[in-house]
Amino acid sequence: MKTKAIVITGNGTNCETEAANACRLGGFDEARIVHISELLAGDVRLDEFHFLNLTGGFLDGDDLGSAKAQANRLRHAKVDDLAEHLLDQLLRFIRDGKPILGVCNGFQLMVKMGLLPAFDGRYLHQESTLTFNDCGRFQDRWVYLKTNPATTSIFTKGIEKGIYLPIRHGEGKFVAASSEVLARIEERNLAVFKYSDPAYQAPTMDFPLNPNGSENAIAGICDETGLLMGLMPHPEAFVHYTNHPRWTREALPEEGDGLILFRNAAEYVKKHLL
Amino acid sequence: MAHRIEIALKDTMRDPRGERIKGEIEHFLHLPVTQVRTIDVYTVDTGLSTAELEKVASEPFCDAVIQTWSIDAPGATGFDFLVEVGYRPGVTDNVGRTAREAIEYISGRPFQPGEGVYTSVQYAISGNLTENDVERIATELLCNTLIQRFQVQDAATFAAQGGMQLYIPKVTGESRAEVREIDLNVSDEELLRISRDGVLALTLDEMRIIQAHYRDAQVQEDRRRQGLGDKPTDVELECLAQTWSEHCKHKIFSGTVLYEDEQGNRQEIRSLFKSFIQRTTRDVRAKLGGKDFCLSVFKDNAGVIRFNDDWSLVFKVETHNSPSALDPYGGALTGIVGVNRDPFGTGKGARLIFNTDVFCFADPFHEKPLPARLLHPRRIYEGVVEGVEHGGNKSGIPTVNGSLVFDERFAGKPLVFCGTAGIMPAEINGEPSHEKSIRPGDLIVMTGGRIGKDGIHGATFSSEELTENSPVTAVQIGDPITQKRMFDFLIRARDKGLYRFITDNGAGGLSSSIGEMSGECGGCRMDLSKAPLKYPGLNPWEILISEAQERMSLAVPPEHIDAFLAMARRFGVEATVLGEFTDSGYFHISYGDRTVAYLPVAFMHEGLPPLQLPARWDPPRHEEPTVEVKGDYTDDLRRLLSSLNICSKESVVRRYDHEVQGGSVVKPFTGVTNDGPSDAAVVRPILDSFEGVVVAHGICPRYSDIDAYQMAANAIDEGLRNYVAVGGSLDLVAGLDNFCWCDPVLSDRTPDGPYKMAQLVRANQALYDVCLAYNLPLISGKDSMKNDFYDGGTKISIPPTILFSVIGKIEDVRKSVTMDVKRPGDIVYLLGKTGEELGGSEYFALMGKIGNKVPMVDTVKAYARYRAYHEAVLQRLVASCHDLSDGGLAVAAAEAAFAGGYGMALDLTRVLWKGDEAGRNDATLLFSESASRHLVTVRPDKRESFERAMSGNCFASIGVVTEEQVLAITGVAGGMVLKAGLAELKEAWQKTLREL
Repeated sequence: MKTKAIVITGNGTNCETEAANACRLGGFDEARIVHISELLAGDVRLDEFHFLNLTGGFLDGDDLGSAKAQANRLRHAKVDDLAEHLLDQLLRFIRDGKPILGVCNGFQLMVKMGLLPAFDGRYLHQESTLTFNDCGRFQDRWVYLKTNPATTSIFTKGIEKGIYLPIRHGEGKFVAASSEVLARIEERNLAVFKYSDPAYQAPTMDFPLNPNGSENAIAGICDETGLLMGLMPHPEAFVHYTNHPRWTREALPEEGDGLILFRNAAEYVKKHLL
Repeated sequence: MAHRIEIALKDTMRDPRGERIKGEIEHFLHLPVTQVRTIDVYTVDTGLSTAELEKVASEPFCDAVIQTWSIDAPGATGFDFLVEVGYRPGVTDNVGRTAREAIEYISGRPFQPGEGVYTSVQYAISGNLTENDVERIATELLCNTLIQRFQVQDAATFAAQGGMQLYIPKVTGESRAEVREIDLNVSDEELLRISRDGVLALTLDEMRIIQAHYRDAQVQEDRRRQGLGDKPTDVELECLAQTWSEHCKHKIFSGTVLYEDEQGNRQEIRSLFKSFIQRTTRDVRAKLGGKDFCLSVFKDNAGVIRFNDDWSLVFKVETHNSPSALDPYGGALTGIVGVNRDPFGTGKGARLIFNTDVFCFADPFHEKPLPARLLHPRRIYEGVVEGVEHGGNKSGIPTVNGSLVFDERFAGKPLVFCGTAGIMPAEINGEPSHEKSIRPGDLIVMTGGRIGKDGIHGATFSSEELTENSPVTAVQIGDPITQKRMFDFLIRARDKGLYRFITDNGAGGLSSSIGEMSGECGGCRMDLSKAPLKYPGLNPWEILISEAQERMSLAVPPEHIDAFLAMARRFGVEATVLGEFTDSGYFHISYGDRTVAYLPVAFMHEGLPPLQLPARWDPPRHEEPTVEVKGDYTDDLRRLLSSLNICSKESVVRRYDHEVQGGSVVKPFTGVTNDGPSDAAVVRPILDSFEGVVVAHGICPRYSDIDAYQMAANAIDEGLRNYVAVGGSLDLVAGLDNFCWCDPVLSDRTPDGPYKMAQLVRANQALYDVCLAYNLPLISGKDSMKNDFYDGGTKISIPPTILFSVIGKIEDVRKSVTMDVKRPGDIVYLLGKTGEELGGSEYFALMGKIGNKVPMVDTVKAYARYRAYHEAVLQRLVASCHDLSDGGLAVAAAEAAFAGGYGMALDLTRVLWKGDEAGRNDATLLFSESASRHLVTVRPDKRESFERAMSGNCFASIGVVTEEQVLAITGVAGGMVLKAGLAELKEAWQKTLREL
């Protein structure tokens, strides 16, 4: 049986090509780019896939706040010829224990739909958000991400200290609904990635190392199952050394830091879902 | 009834948007403000139950973690003044459009005609301010009154009135579908008045030609058969004005020029376009012979060249100057999403792979008074930068290359160049992708956005200078998401072969797109009453010429129309059949059953005789500045690094996504701390291949103060040398020319027309000479010929400017070279000779001088050297390479050094010199802008191979890369003439625009 990844596009999603490419390089037999209208028409169903990518872009132009309009669409849009909402397929996907990776706009979507952090499996309940960078501007720059060694995330196996990736967003500041929520995220080791110094020693609040002023320097979180994860930086944008901003002056391995997330997803699918 | 939903940030939350506004008020208006908080307002004009209304407010509109919502209850508190800014009726409101969709998902009911959602932003301002101060904040900072409206309220009034009054910016007016007839049997004065009052931008000669057409007995008889009188309808006159506008017809480039040079030699040039631009490409292609890689040039919306056996490259660069002068944000946003449609509408349609942008502004810190109607350069800067940011980022197209160029004359009109490249399979469904056709019987289909009054007269208005009363409707606001949806749909329709022909709806709207398509097959019949409108009240002529954005025009074979429309519906894209293409020979437009325009296609496209344009060249003489000989030039270098044209543009570039699509190889910034300025961009459009696209550009307007020939020659050379520097191949490289000129047509307003025309001729001569020598075919281009401001008193004309863009290929991106020095001990080479060529240089500009000795391009030597250098790159012999341009050797060395984080020790006595020894001195060696030079570093162990590869060319080793963080340069007398730490040099280079 084939390992199948899906990348949803449409309404302003932009990173579908490189996300699908990363899935293939990461070991998926098939990585399919599916337009949301194909899902809403019922031509394609999430159930056919093992790994869901909600990737980067500007869903609906971020017009109501990043990913808000798509969160609303996924909640309320019915699938044409089936008696279910797209949301039912999504929740079934989660119930079936299949991994979901949200990147940038996809992370914003997961957080605003309440798919993350979803304490105690309480999905569709928003407990945190991603809002405008403290610097007040869109930023495209590379950041160092210290990885939480105690995380339950299935995506980070084999990362020693951290990874180096680009961020490209105007609304990447992670904010929890309350100090309790933030504390719980920390206690349960759900904060997978934190903006840090180049040596991955300690999280930092200093711009530009922390490009948006995120609380506790949080760049990415997962749910308690470790199967759902979202992050603002772009792993699909660093899969080969020529993506690195300093590849002409540093000796780098062939493979980029971001690929390991997709490799782990593929490994997990092979082990548990085939 | 309508309701106001307000979304406010919780008091505990920071408001970065408010903080930025506060900073700008203090920084630019010097007014005391203690705080600015912002509130988003949605005026919802549709029938919703209270429950639905609350669901809408609390779910899609509000982010409960950070925001609060209220319905018909003002949320603002603790302020002195409140300013609310929203759009005027009919102006595109993207957020309102998305809000409407969100509501429809919740209610499950589509909006009724006339219903809508309108957004505005409230600024709650605290500070010791007067009503007057707040008016200034509103008009000079928050609101562009051309497209936006604002209300101001002080705290007391706010309390008394219970907040802002409900206001619905709805376009009112019922369909009138009026068609007027215009009597052209009138005096010449009257003809001119008709043209002027109607913003038709038609000259007296052109009006007379139209007059003559309607007097023709045969024409009159044909019209009668269509139920039309002997007078032109407004639809016809407007349509001809669009088709014949300078913007669409390029009358100056196709006119007949009578050129006289400084010796009094006369020459008649029939069409600059044919004589120079087309001839350049023709002759280069002949030279290339079997190696010719051009596939489609000049005939389509963009040029097409070969990338490899399986893929073709598409490239186009446009300008959007006039709209950006009126509404910088909307103008620039429309500029970028507009140029996106060119490659997308080329051949059968291309996937877009990157954007480029070059902006020419006046000093954003300008403090002298400006003529009325001109926006402050800083507002233009802010607006344009943000417009392109939103247009590019939201479209998911990386912005990989660009420039900011400054000159005070750009206060009259900013130049906003936007470029987009695309890629398409060499063949689609067995046919070459760069070819398309229309057959009679194919259906006229318009897709994308609806038609409104926005962008009416854009084409004709940009064919005139900017004046006090330039039309408001000429301004549009682009909508990247509607366009992105349309592209997502059309690219899939393309692969299914559902349409035969596609083109962009740009300047002139349907009159241009369908007019040109009718030229393909010999006619059309179109019913304007079928066109989807944003709101009622448009007359047929307005529907025909509206430049409302995000629209493509297609020819769909009848057998595919059902599949096409069904697919469009599924992708949420509006597609409408407006009529069919014919071979009748007529552009036949009706409104319902009534014929409103009946124009012979031949008359539309060939009815216009060429302009007669006098051109006289007498070279200007400027005072020759004396180069001051000093013992130390460190301070001059610092000042150059801080100058607007040379300083770091990182604060702007970081706002543009340059990595989306995953193929970024050489980024805008490089080096040990990712902040050195790259010479060109390298992109991998196909992620499983290492073949790359290289894109670069050259632009040097200041040289045209001396000679537009050299301005053009240096722009082309700069473009190619940037391209070569990173490793671009000379066997597959093409050029693209964008002319931005001040009006060169002799008239009482432009008495110096013949001189400006002569500048244009000379620039064209350079284009031919240099491109032929460099084997650079021109594949596409654009001209914008009326970049002047005139308010009756003041006239501001931009310096004649060519942006020369270069696109080509690198066989293996893993061989790309960046500009940052790599390691201590590497040998520093200067390729090319330096001469006494400080004319028009940044160094002279520092002293407020121009000079006369403008850099001359020696194409033969340069081309041989570029080829040799490329060989060295292919053999991986080059550690770093940086091009020398503004500020010369000193600036290039400083940039390469601080980018790489290592010092440099250079010896000016080793720099190769050309020309008169008398002119050879430290200042000239350091700052001369002699063309075709590269600063290269090479590992010592590669020295011999590198020198072998370069042998026979002018190059010299002039120093070494050092561990010590210092740039140290010894002069011709042997003493140190320049010494500075890298940190202070970098700070000088970075500080100027850091805060903008």
